[in-house]
Amino acid sequence: MLRFSRTKIVATLAVILIGLSLAVPSFIPADSRKAFMASLPSWFPSWIIPSRAIVLGLDLQGGSQILLEIDQPDLVRSMVTGLRDDVRRILREASVSPEGGIRVINRGVELRIPDAAARAKVMPKLRELAQPINNPLAAGGQTLTVNEAENGTIQLVLTDAGINDRTRRAVSQAIEVVRKRIDFGGTKEPSIQQQGSDRILVQVPGLQNPQELEDQLGKTAKLEFRMLADSPSGDVDLLPSKDEGGAKVPVERRVMADGSDLTDAQPAFDPQTHEPMVSFKFNLRGAQRFGQATSENVGRRMAIVLDNVIQSAPVIRSAITGGSGQITGNFTVKDANDLSVLLRAGALPAKLTVVERRVVGPGLGRDSIEAGEKATLVAAALVIIFMFATYGVFGFIANIALIVHVGLILGLMSVLEATMTLPGIAGIVLTIGTAVDSNVLIYERMREEARSGRSLVSALQAGFDRAFATIIDSNSTMAIAALLLFFMGSGPVKGFAVVFILGILTTVITAVTLTRMMIALWYTWFRPKALPF
Amino acid sequence: MRLLRLWPDESHFDFMRFRRVTFPLSAVLSVVTLVLFITVGLNYGIDFKGGTLVELQAKPGRTADVAEIRHTANGFGFGETEVQELGGEGQVLVRFPLQAGEQGQTAVMQKAHAAFDAGYDFRRTETVGPRVSGELVQSGTIGVVLSVLAVLLYLWFRFERELALGAIVGTLHDIVLTVGVFIVTRIEFNMTSIAAILTIVGYSLNETVVVFDRTRELMRRYKTIPVVELLNLSINSTMSRTVMTSLSTTLSLVALVLFGGEAIKGFAVVMLCGVVICTYSAIFVSTPALIYIGLRLSGAKASQRESGLPQAAE
Repeated sequence: MLRFSRTKIVATLAVILIGLSLAVPSFIPADSRKAFMASLPSWFPSWIIPSRAIVLGLDLQGGSQILLEIDQPDLVRSMVTGLRDDVRRILREASVSPEGGIRVINRGVELRIPDAAARAKVMPKLRELAQPINNPLAAGGQTLTVNEAENGTIQLVLTDAGINDRTRRAVSQAIEVVRKRIDFGGTKEPSIQQQGSDRILVQVPGLQNPQELEDQLGKTAKLEFRMLADSPSGDVDLLPSKDEGGAKVPVERRVMADGSDLTDAQPAFDPQTHEPMVSFKFNLRGAQRFGQATSENVGRRMAIVLDNVIQSAPVIRSAITGGSGQITGNFTVKDANDLSVLLRAGALPAKLTVVERRVVGPGLGRDSIEAGEKATLVAAALVIIFMFATYGVFGFIANIALIVHVGLILGLMSVLEATMTLPGIAGIVLTIGTAVDSNVLIYERMREEARSGRSLVSALQAGFDRAFATIIDSNSTMAIAALLLFFMGSGPVKGFAVVFILGILTTVITAVTLTRMMIALWYTWFRPKALPF
Repeated sequence: MRLLRLWPDESHFDFMRFRRVTFPLSAVLSVVTLVLFITVGLNYGIDFKGGTLVELQAKPGRTADVAEIRHTANGFGFGETEVQELGGEGQVLVRFPLQAGEQGQTAVMQKAHAAFDAGYDFRRTETVGPRVSGELVQSGTIGVVLSVLAVLLYLWFRFERELALGAIVGTLHDIVLTVGVFIVTRIEFNMTSIAAILTIVGYSLNETVVVFDRTRELMRRYKTIPVVELLNLSINSTMSRTVMTSLSTTLSLVALVLFGGEAIKGFAVVMLCGVVICTYSAIFVSTPALIYIGLRLSGAKASQRESGLPQAAE
């Protein structure tokens, strides 16, 4: 087994060279990487040095990371409001009026229709409001339960499964909205991912103060056009009005048109007052609804409600059928800009709350990289000297294996476009210390076998054979711990786990195959009589 | 050239004799750690405790005034703040306690920026709300428990039951003492610390498995040898490797402690202590534990042969 065929040697070297060259792009700064790729001769196969590189984690390159959570109570509130509106519509269409109106109860609504005939008329329609949940995990589940009591009380209550299903859809909706709101910023390359069932992780490299971003993401941006009510009783909400200095004004509950019908919104200036405003365009459906609402209510005041605050309440002078309009409301230029971005991106299904925030400045990231590089080099130097001093030629061989080992980890991380974090660097340094373990196991075994009287060749052979099982055992236990770390950990810690897992994989190549090959070559070339250590 | 030789080639050191000292010592240390864990507790970092952390760097040409920062921060009315000077020039760490509700933390951030933006650069800010910190505690604990279970399962399949038990005793010992290091040194305990503990779980098993692999091999070869002698032989014949690996790992960790920077120092120090603990426990705890667990030499009576030929263990 100490004889390596030429093909085997070539194959081993080829695998290692390709593995190492994969790491090359990671050592070239991102801005000059493209130029470097272009400078390679055209015959050079692009798969050997691909443009993929290790991604620096936010803790190394600086930037902001925000974990947002869908505000479930807010979501349930809006679900209940929607339910109430549906119930009201059904009752109105059937001309049935409940005794004492529709009451909002915990997670649902309640109404009383004492008249059995009238109740029979609306019950089928009300039961239709309960929809089957379109999710294999909640098979047969309904979005709400409808109960009818003897005394004519009807309760419609949202189910847990219904709320969870809505939350799930709300998160994917919210991710789209968040993406549009951030991407509008331009050159930043944000990463937006779902985390768990109700969270969104937003990472923006280079962003130093996420306050503004959070303000922008924290707004629901629910735009509604509703009529101002004449009296504060009946189907009205009392909403603060910017026009009246925050005083509460009664507004009809019926929504004439809303933000989901918008196709565009742009900041503009009022031609008369030169004040900043936002002009918007409706889609066809919105234009029709808006046109009808304005033509039916000429002379009345229409409230433009954004997130339950009346921005302005202009008097409708004539029907607006063109499908476009303006929102004014004492805006600054920046307000108008921000609002138009929000309206274009659409409304969030519910409020988003920041539950975790981590910001790293560029200085700290730079310091961490510098310190990490220094620690890696010092650790490598110490271990290399130690190994050489102990094992001589074999130490030299182990050191080559060690350098290749670290190179292969970086190469694999580059292909996988894995994220390097500060704990990841610590993992590399630690790996430098532990990677030589396999070589040490093999060498010590060789020494033992030689001592027990075996010939050199058979001692070398036995060293590899006997140590192999131990190497597999000890690496497997390490791998179990590392895998768990990968699945349980988050962010930076994951980077550590990635380094560790890859290190265990490559150690088999370097410690076993590469070391064995180098020792075989050493034996063929020098024909030694005894172990060199 | 004379090469380094840290452990003699033929050693017949009676390691097992020390169990009368190391067992009580380890037991006492473990109990003390448990008591300290309950009475003093870990110095939980922001990941697990929640709250807001701000690392400030005085603007060029200015110095950090810790007393003033403390006075200003306490004046915010967010409760007792901790202000700590860091190693770097003009670097200060400010910790605000967890505020009620998720929005409470945002208010802390806003006030901190308003008060310190003029004189300082913000090197780092971290905010962890009450819900996330609770979940991190949970997932961290689950991670450590799961890893021990997974490793137990692996050992169960791979080794004889007694050896697996011995390895688990050693691993638990190492986890407990590592936690002890966290408590005594007051090094902040956060998500990276969980990574350190899991790595130590891996390293601890690595050390034990190397010895036990040899124990198993020797069990098959020498069927009539007394247990104590067998274990001594296992350790003596793997000792030169143990010394080499522990030292090379120690060397790289020392480099990490000295040059790796402030942010990773805690992790590196704990790992360094962990390597010492793991090496100690593989030799003086988990291996002698086999004596008490009752490692049986299978076929000891059936076969009187003492040969190097491979024979089935059972």
